[in-house]
This record gives sequence, structure tokens and C-alpha cells, in this order.
Amino acid sequence: MAGNVWRSTVPRVMGAIKTQTPQPRTFSRGIQTVTLIPGDGIGPEISTAVMKIFEAAKAPIQWEERNVTAIKGPGGKWMIPPEAKESMDKNKIGLKGPLKTPIAAGHPSMNLLLRKTFDLYANVRPCVSIEGYKTPYTDVDLVTIRENTEGEYSGIEHLIVDGVVQSIKLITEDASRRIAEYAFEYAKNNQRNSVTAVHKANIMRMSDGLFLRKCREVAENFKDVKFTEMYLDTVCLNMVQDPSQFDVLVMPNLYGDILSDLCAGLIGGLGVTPSGNIGANGVAIFESVHGTAPDIAGKDLANPTALLLSAVMMLRHMGLHSYAKKIETACFDTIRDKKVLTKDLGGNSKCSEFTADICKRVQDME
Amino acid sequence: MVKAQKLKSAIEDLCLSLHLKSTMAAVLRGSLVTLAKGLNGAWLQRLCTRSLSLTSSQNVLEVPPARADSTFKVTMVPGDGVGPELMTAVKEVFKAADVPVEFEEFHLSEVQNMASEEKLDEVLASMKNNRVAIKGKIHTPMEYKGELASYEMRLRRKLDLFANVVHVNSLPGYSTRHNNLDLVIIREQTEGEYSSLEHESVSGVVECLKIITRVKSRRIAKFAFDYATKKGRSKVTAVHKANIMKLGDGLFLQCCAEIAELYPKIKYENIIIDNCCMQLVQNPYQFDVLVMPNLYGNIIDNLAAGLVGGAGVVPGESFSAEYAVFETGARHPFAQAVGRNIANPTAMLLSASNMLRHLNLEYHANMVSEAVKKVIKQGKVRTSDLGGYASSEEFTRAVIANLAF
Repeated sequence: MAGNVWRSTVPRVMGAIKTQTPQPRTFSRGIQTVTLIPGDGIGPEISTAVMKIFEAAKAPIQWEERNVTAIKGPGGKWMIPPEAKESMDKNKIGLKGPLKTPIAAGHPSMNLLLRKTFDLYANVRPCVSIEGYKTPYTDVDLVTIRENTEGEYSGIEHLIVDGVVQSIKLITEDASRRIAEYAFEYAKNNQRNSVTAVHKANIMRMSDGLFLRKCREVAENFKDVKFTEMYLDTVCLNMVQDPSQFDVLVMPNLYGDILSDLCAGLIGGLGVTPSGNIGANGVAIFESVHGTAPDIAGKDLANPTALLLSAVMMLRHMGLHSYAKKIETACFDTIRDKKVLTKDLGGNSKCSEFTADICKRVQDME
Repeated sequence: MVKAQKLKSAIEDLCLSLHLKSTMAAVLRGSLVTLAKGLNGAWLQRLCTRSLSLTSSQNVLEVPPARADSTFKVTMVPGDGVGPELMTAVKEVFKAADVPVEFEEFHLSEVQNMASEEKLDEVLASMKNNRVAIKGKIHTPMEYKGELASYEMRLRRKLDLFANVVHVNSLPGYSTRHNNLDLVIIREQTEGEYSSLEHESVSGVVECLKIITRVKSRRIAKFAFDYATKKGRSKVTAVHKANIMKLGDGLFLQCCAEIAELYPKIKYENIIIDNCCMQLVQNPYQFDVLVMPNLYGNIIDNLAAGLVGGAGVVPGESFSAEYAVFETGARHPFAQAVGRNIANPTAMLLSASNMLRHLNLEYHANMVSEAVKKVIKQGKVRTSDLGGYASSEEFTRAVIANLAF
């Protein structure tokens, strides 16, 4: 009898030792494998550029390239190829280039598929003014965190009678709490001072009211981060007049979509904006949000800045801050120098020249 | 002024007919004019204007010229926050400019339990009578008792104020990051995301319905194209998110495209809302007239107002088939400024000027708007949101001082 009890406790004890609580990501020892999804159009060129720069910086990253074209799985449901899925599940970190969504291909957009497969609930977009790429707004330094799974983009629409359409916006307690918690943790881990919840609870009193209540509850647990709430229209009004007053913004889906693109416009557009998607189970996919630019694909004219800055964001997420700082500084220095800029930044150099300049700077920094 | 001139010309005719010498005629003229000015009676005017013939003894009355013969009645709802202060500014300027408008004031508010159905009905009755109103923002609190729709939304629905037009014009003399902007933003105001149809089907899950109908989408599209035609605009851009909300915004877009075919002279384009926001901060000059459903309109109104100087400088109006309500473009009660005398009356004054134009009082409308623009151009008296140190009262007094009669 005692033997039975002993035999049942030992595996339990062993199990408890094996399954440790998930630690914050510190991959500072050993080489970390990252799934790379080059994408379509200019995707392969900019991915190669990023790989070259990482090699020059001697970052401890090993790339595993995968393709994500939708295939029809058993049961008729569209899904991403199983090799891609298991690679992501194993590595947990991914870097993605622009994906093409063919119209009338029968399957939903690839971004939507990826989001559903890995439950990518938070979209994080840090917007920092780039010295050297002048826009009318010079002091932008904010982060937009957008809830990515529900809200207005739930896709639930009905034709009630001919000529009347209803779209349903869904707000749930769990999703709101999850995104609020992520926002405050992000603020704490990245030394940001305040989190602002953006909402329209004076009009959509129940739905945004619920979102706001959850944010307030989560704010109670993070007393050292300042929490404010602001109406969406006030944020838009103040954002174009004085963007320096904002720090971290957290909001539901539609407002996040609009505000994150607005902030990208403030710093110079989608060609220089990084973006990251955080999912449940520690999965994180970092991507460039611009299009595939089929007209310049293959001509060595693309600008790899967006993908490069997303990769830098990825390094920070993994805890490799020194490499991140090195590559980011090299990139900003190259842009500030204005000698080898690609066409969209105002110069007329090739992508390979731009990349080579950054590689040289990174190596000089050793 | 006019009477004295007529008197003078009548006396001159008289003198000529009497063949008086010039100096004597001048003396006679002078004394008669001073007499007329002193008396200023209606009979003297009639004396001047009637013809000097025998039949004129029949006392035919002639109407005194060039003055509006009655005052217009306009409903005024000051609203919350700085609304009452802005309305005071409007009233003072109107009094100084001798504008023939009489205001019927109603204090409607949802704050602190002042909400009542009777008040709302009174306002509606007055509006239906006068047909023109000027209004501040009625604050919508986040807490709700019973009804999910706020006062403003109910007012809009009952009067069917379906179109909201915001004029985004750069002010001459005040430079922002984008100068010489001239946009018009037309927003559908009665349906869309502001339908206030929400329910909690399961605990922890709230659904909010966004309604788009063909009738209302067609109506706002037609309004936009008619407005563009009337004001001589060349392009109308529809703003939507039909790649995600395929049925809802898809219907809106389809209606806009259908109406666009009836106006071949006006160029029609469409753009997705997030791209539109990005383009507005990078290159706003590519847009002319924008038309969109409710929520996007709220966002773009405020964004565009921020581009030219903030909520204090942009006027706006709401139209239905029968009524017109004039207000500011970006609607915020600005409660932090209450009592501090710092709010900028420019937006409300420009909107009041638009109201006068709507009432066909062109002369007074131009007088008010020119005065406001002159004060801003001179740059000496500016409120704090434009970077100055003047108070609202000082600004109002400067506008009154600059009214050119």
C-alpha cells in the first residue's frame, strides 16, 4: 500500500520538477531558431537583406524558412501548411514578410488564417520618429496596442431585410482583460510611463463600457504605471496637433486599426513601421505591414526598413537587447546620413547597397 | 444715412427748380439737412421720397428701404461645458452687429439628473417652429439609466438630422503643419455604429449592432453629390471599410457608386478608412469632399479639425430635409475650461455666420466672418489654443471692434 502511494507520488513530483513555470524569454545563451516567412512580392528580397544584416551583427539567430500558402485540409477547411504550423509551435517566434491576398481565391486572407491558427490577440506597433526621414511630426514616440481577435471585425454580418444590413461588434470580458493585461505588462517591461485606454463609451455605452471597466480593473494591479482614459475623437484631435503627449495606447479592434495606421502616417508611412503580433502560448509573429509591391519585386529597389525594425522588435522581445540596439542604431545612422537611401525614402540607391551600408556600420560597431 | 441723402437730393432739385444762387442754396440745403437729421421723423422721409406732383397728396406710403423688416427667430441650445460661454460671445457679436435675429434659449442637459422628456419636447417644438437652431454640445455621460441613446442622438433622430457637414478651412494668418487646406466632410448622422442597440446575450459578452440601410446611404450620398455640385467642388471620396465589413460598408459603397453615376461631372473615388487617416496626415490636399458613415465621420472630423488648429476653429452644421442646426465641427463640451474664460469662440462665431448666410442675411454673415478672420490674421489677440494669451472675452471684444459696417 505504501509502495503504491510512493509510486504515484514519484511521477507527480518528477512531473512538477519538469514542468517549470514559463520563464520570461531570455535566450541569451545558445542559438535561437526563428521561423522566417519571406512572403510574396518584395518579401524574399527584404528577408534576405535582414538575414544578411543579422549575420553581420553575429546575432545568435538561426532561420528556418517556411512557406504559408493556404491549403485545404481534411474536412474542407482552409489552413496553413502543417510544416509551417509545427515549425512555429516549436520555435514560438516568427518573422513574416508581406503576404499577398488573391481576390476571389476562395480562401480568407492569409493574415486572418495565421491570426486564427495561433490566436494572435495583440497587435503592437511602436511608432518612433525616424531622424533623417523628415515628416511634419518630429516628436512621436508612442506604442499602439490593439485587440486583434474580436470587436468590430468579428465578421458577423446579416442581411435583415433587403436594404438593411446589420454588423455585430462583439466585446467580451476575457479578451478585454487579456489585452489590458498585455498592455500593462508591455509598459512595465519597456519602461513606459503611462497607458491610455481609447474608447467610445459615451456612445457605445455597454460594449466599450465593458472594455473600459476591464482596463480599470487591470490597472489596479499595476499601480506604478499611470492609467488614463480618453475618447477616440479626442485622441485623434490631439494626436495630429501634439503627438508627444501619448505613450502607450490600448484599444479594441477597429479603433486600433485606424489609430495604428494614423500613427504610422505620422512617422512616414507603412514602409518604415514595425509591427508585432503576440499570441497565446507565448507565440509571437513580427511582420512588416506594407504590401507586396509587385511592381518593384525582383528589381532590388525595395526598402527593408520595416522588416528590419520588426526584426529588432523581435530581438527585444527575446531579450537580446544589445544586438537590437546595435542593428537599430546602424539602421537609423544610415537613414540619417542620406547617402544610400532607397527610392521611397527619397534616394536612388538599390536595396543591396542600403543593406551593405548597414552591415558595414554594424561590423564597425564591434 | 439713406434718408439724409435722399433729403439732400430732394432739396437740390427744389433749389434748382427755384433757380436760387449757389451760396444761398447751400445755406438752405445745410439748414434743412440739419433740421431733417434732428427730427428724423417718418413723415419727413415721406416728404422726400414722394414725387412733387399734385396727385401725391393722396398719402401713399412707401416702404423704407434696405432694412430687414422683421427679426428671425432661432432656437438656441447652449449645451454643457463651454457652450454657454460661446453662446454669450455669439449674442454679444450679434448685438453689436445689429443682426436681426432673436434667440429662444433652452437649457438642455443630461448631466446631474436634469434630463427630462418635457424639456426635450419643448426644444423639439421650438425647433419645428423656427426651423433653424444654433447649439452647443450636450455632454453624453458614460453611465446610462434606462435608455442607451443620449440626448443628442435622440434629438438628431427625432428631427432626422441625417447630414453633418464640417468645413475644414485653414485660417489665414495661422499656420499649422498643413496650410491652405480646404476640405468638406459629410457624415451620415443617424445610423451606423451609433444605433445604440446593445445587449448582453451571455454574461461577459456584449454585442453592439451597427446598422446600414440602403435608403439612408443613398440619401447621404445624394446629399454629398448635391452639395459638391452646388459649391462647385470637383471630387467626392467615399470612406469605408468594406474589405472587412463586406455586407455593411459594402452596401454603403454600392449606394455611393450608384449615385455617383448620376453626376458625371464630379469625380468619384473611394478609400479605406485606415489608409484615409494615413493620407490625411501625410498629404491632405488630395481630398476634396469626403462622405462616410457615422463612426468614421466622427474620427475624420476630429482628425481634420486637428490639422487646421483644433476644436476651436472649425464650424459645422447638421441638416435634415426641413431643419438646419448650426454648431461647431468637432463637438466636445470642453468641461475643463468652464469658468476659466479660455475657450476659443472662433468656431461658434464662424458657424453663426454660416447660419446667417443660410437665413439669406448675406451682409451680416460676411460682416461677422470677415471680422473674425481679420482678428485671427492680425495675430494680436488669440486664445490659448492658438498660442496666444487672450481670454474669450478679449477675443469677442476684438471681433466686435473689427466689425466693418
